[in-house]
Amino acid sequence: MFRREGSHCVARFAPDEVKVLRKVASEVVGLLTEGFDHEDPVVGRLFPDVYPDRPAESSEYRRYTEGDLKTAKIDQAGAVLAALPSSGGGEVRLDAESAEAWLRALNDARLALGIRLDIEDGTDLEAELDEAVLRDPTSSRVFQLSVYAYLGYLQESLLDALVR
Amino acid sequence: MGDMAVPQVVPVETPDTEEVPEAERPWVTIVWNDPVNLMSYVTWVFQKLFGYSREKAEKLMLDVHHKGKAVVSSGARELMEHDASRLHAYGLWATVDKS
Repeated sequence: MFRREGSHCVARFAPDEVKVLRKVASEVVGLLTEGFDHEDPVVGRLFPDVYPDRPAESSEYRRYTEGDLKTAKIDQAGAVLAALPSSGGGEVRLDAESAEAWLRALNDARLALGIRLDIEDGTDLEAELDEAVLRDPTSSRVFQLSVYAYLGYLQESLLDALVR
Repeated sequence: MGDMAVPQVVPVETPDTEEVPEAERPWVTIVWNDPVNLMSYVTWVFQKLFGYSREKAEKLMLDVHHKGKAVVSSGARELMEHDASRLHAYGLWATVDKS
């Protein structure tokens, strides 16, 4: 989890955490590049219709803004990948600009996972996780729910450290 | 929004604008509730992008959370589209409409 050190936000990550962060950031880059598909509900959430009741005006807006938004999202996921230790675990030290890129990137990753996991307003994460573990502790749902919860705590800790 | 510790405040009703003729009504940027974004993050984004005080940003965030949506800015259409694209970069679910 992040803490504040002078003007930087600093965290130490275990090798497994680095692996998970690398995986989720790479998956976001993947769905913004070769996997980009307007039919994918995750893409629908990351690139919302700005005029829900006016499809023609929405697509006009999309034509002008989508490229820049996609580039920004790829860059912020790239900021996560660039700051992680290249192998094993280690320290990540972020200045304010990188910390903000991380906050946005962690948010994108949580939005993507939230859609895949059908997270809703009243969802009790712990209960979901218990239920998934009972059904099959080795399932990808157990893994994804744990990652989703972890990213939430990490994002909250980074925001706390940044605004301190 | 994900539930993290925030003070629970009863949102204040905003006056409605029914009586103003359509052509004179400004455009607005609306942020919609979603189950993923952290309350603290949404508050921070409103402060960051619009320069709102913490108090105002928190009130807007709570409106989004409890009422399902909130108007976060109003003005010329082009400016509202710009605000929506900035909010999208932060992962907030924003749309533009006539007020």
